[in-house]
Amino acid sequence: MKVFMLGWEFPPYISGGLGTACHGLTKALSDLGVKITFVLPKPIETQTPTHVQMLTPQHCRASKTVTQTTETSQELKNVQFHTVSSPLQPYTTPQQYQKRLEEIIRQKQLLSSQSQQMLDQWLEQEIEGLSVGPGQYSGDMYTEVHRYAAAAVRLALQQEFDVIHAHDWMTYPAGIAVAAVTGKPLVVHVHSTEFDRSGEHVNQMIYDIERRGIHAAAKVIAVSYLTRNILMTRYGALGEKIEVIYNGVEPEDSNRISAQQVGIRSDEKIVLFLGRITMQKGPEYFLMAARKVLEEMENVKFVMAGSGDMMHRIIEMAAQMGIGHKVLFTGFLRGEDVNRVYQMADLYVMPSVSEPFGIAPLEALNHDVPVIISKQSGVAEVLTHVLKVDFWDIQEMANKIIAVLKYPPLQMTLREHGNFEVRKLKWSGAAKKCLKVYQEVTQVAV
Amino acid sequence: MPSVCFYFQVHQPFRLRHYTVFDKSGNYFDEFKNASICRKVANKCYLPSNRLLLKMIRRYEGRFKVSFSITGVVIEQFQKYCPEVISTFDALAETGCVEFIAETYYHSLSFLYSRNEFFEQIQKHIELMQKLWGQTPRIFRNTELIYNNQLAETIEAMNQFDAVITEGADRILGHRNANFVYRPPNCKHLKLLLKNYSLSDDIAFRFSNRGWEEWPLDAPKFARWIDQINGCGHTVNLFMDYETFGEHQWEDTGIFDFMYHLPEYILRHPDNNFMTPSEVVRTYPVMDVVDVPHVISWADMERDLSAWLGNAMQSNALHEVYKMEKLVKQTQDPQIIEDWRKLLTSDHFYYMCTKYFSDGDVHKYFNPYESPYDSYINYMNVLNHLRERCKQVLTQQTVSEQAS
Repeated sequence: MKVFMLGWEFPPYISGGLGTACHGLTKALSDLGVKITFVLPKPIETQTPTHVQMLTPQHCRASKTVTQTTETSQELKNVQFHTVSSPLQPYTTPQQYQKRLEEIIRQKQLLSSQSQQMLDQWLEQEIEGLSVGPGQYSGDMYTEVHRYAAAAVRLALQQEFDVIHAHDWMTYPAGIAVAAVTGKPLVVHVHSTEFDRSGEHVNQMIYDIERRGIHAAAKVIAVSYLTRNILMTRYGALGEKIEVIYNGVEPEDSNRISAQQVGIRSDEKIVLFLGRITMQKGPEYFLMAARKVLEEMENVKFVMAGSGDMMHRIIEMAAQMGIGHKVLFTGFLRGEDVNRVYQMADLYVMPSVSEPFGIAPLEALNHDVPVIISKQSGVAEVLTHVLKVDFWDIQEMANKIIAVLKYPPLQMTLREHGNFEVRKLKWSGAAKKCLKVYQEVTQVAV
Repeated sequence: MPSVCFYFQVHQPFRLRHYTVFDKSGNYFDEFKNASICRKVANKCYLPSNRLLLKMIRRYEGRFKVSFSITGVVIEQFQKYCPEVISTFDALAETGCVEFIAETYYHSLSFLYSRNEFFEQIQKHIELMQKLWGQTPRIFRNTELIYNNQLAETIEAMNQFDAVITEGADRILGHRNANFVYRPPNCKHLKLLLKNYSLSDDIAFRFSNRGWEEWPLDAPKFARWIDQINGCGHTVNLFMDYETFGEHQWEDTGIFDFMYHLPEYILRHPDNNFMTPSEVVRTYPVMDVVDVPHVISWADMERDLSAWLGNAMQSNALHEVYKMEKLVKQTQDPQIIEDWRKLLTSDHFYYMCTKYFSDGDVHKYFNPYESPYDSYINYMNVLNHLRERCKQVLTQQTVSEQAS
């Protein structure tokens, strides 16, 4: 089985769970002998890693190269990486964009007339959409997403594969285009939806892209039943088309905690928030719970690791609440720093307002840290040995935080069972299900 | 000539309300939930089952007999939420074909933690049986049939009981079967009645299981199994939760019909009869000594204490609540003592069990919590508040003593 996989981020250049998930999944698929061509925009290092930031054109180094094959790493032996730099200049006009694309398509002589027609239709729609709906910042993202699509199509024409696998909305147009050009089945993998990221204030353009991708796909993979429900109710997707495949976590070497690091710990308890500081992740609920906890307990510190568009507001909020000295902000953490912060933590809290899955709690459990997660998360469907609260229920969140800090037997039992449970959630299981999806769609296509 | 000995366990705990660390009220129990569960189970099980048993006892004119162990906490709830259940038990008691068995009033694990409290709760329960139904129980069953040699010795030393009831676990019986009267080691007159778990569970658990090869189970078939014991047993002890009838096995499974016709078929064989535990103990001789050095119970597959003491939270909660005994009793405050005792009910610890939690299994029956962790947090919050109350009362007492 050969897969043409379209991604947006990959470790170490990640801003969130998507990169981690792509890494875990491709590794496990590769172990199953699946050959993967992974297409990725050129990695761009940024300080404030949100998807929006990554997409802004000033960060994109325009270059003439269309594709560039990177070295295949040891552990991903069946994965070939292609990074796509901008094939077009930033702020390309739709006309230029179309011209360029047409040129790309002309290179492929073997195009069937049918797929040619589909492609034309698609292009028409895309360009129409661009001229009609100029959102505040949609121009940048839109161009970038389609630049990526164009490059992906060009790359796809040089590759042999059986199925196309696109991760999240940024890659859907590319997925649709590649499917149209090559006639191969498209699998769309929904790691999050616009409703998770933006609540009810959805960006219409992104929603449209998502909807089109979901409807164009032969099969949709959702990371949880929570997400599946959103796809059915908000995007009008058919239930039987959607396969739920939970994310996994890579087994952690538990011997890595050195005694020295543990020795550094003071007698203060540490409660950890780790994630983007954005509306979706519910940072303000974390703070409000923290204030309630501090009414009852003195020796607690609240660490907020991450960055995002709500960061300044949250810092101000902590100060206004008079708990500024108890809340520490670390900024965005990577690699070894993430491990270190987990090792310091007595408790990890994920108060997400809407979380399609949530890999971080699995990582916390992997590091022997007990976990409180919001009931509004996909991961709540798979984890039983964790504490669950409604994200808005500050009182209950504080109640549970205090209980974990105050009662060692609770911490002990959560840790013991949680760590055991998380070991069962491996990427290999997800990859097997994924392979089954590939087999289904390719059979139908033949 | 097997005698069929039915014993039904009737119990509902006082479930706690949602109690956070921020709560400061002394109301720990969920009135609404307890009332609605009590009424629901009364309508589905206690009332129809009691009426059925009454009808059967009248129909067979004294040849059909049963026994009950009814906890003090469930009786308190009947009195409060559905007194008509008490009336039907009154009617049963008057037939003379019903025996009441003694246990700890609060359905507690006190035997394992406080002998003093254990004795007090048994006395309280005996007094309740005397007051309500004019019977002084001569048979004892410990909470969840928890038992070992030491329990037998303790009960014999009380000099109030003729026999103890426990589980006929394979590992204590070895090659023997549960269908005889036995004796604990080191006991002179106390006898042992063992549950025939296979036949009991056929009714209590498997009755409606369509995957079971014996399904559907009807009265003639069950009576045949009883007849087969003839020659290798004196008594068939069918011990089960009373909620089996109408609640665990719904009415539409035919459980009530099964029960109604059962005596008819069992009594067809002239050697068969029905007996209460006291009659069994009086009628049959002790056949052997059964040694139980380790604690057994009737719970789950393991038949040990792991349902209440299987994880760190459970042992911590139990340890903490019994540690408070002295403090609680020092206050001499009846409300505090009662609240504390209601916290001793074993169900609170059962809810904290993580054993089958991932499988979402068995321990679900009227479990008010979403997870064992929630139940532990709730329990510990209540316990902390109760401790503060005790301290407050004691300081007030010392202050007023000093003043006088």
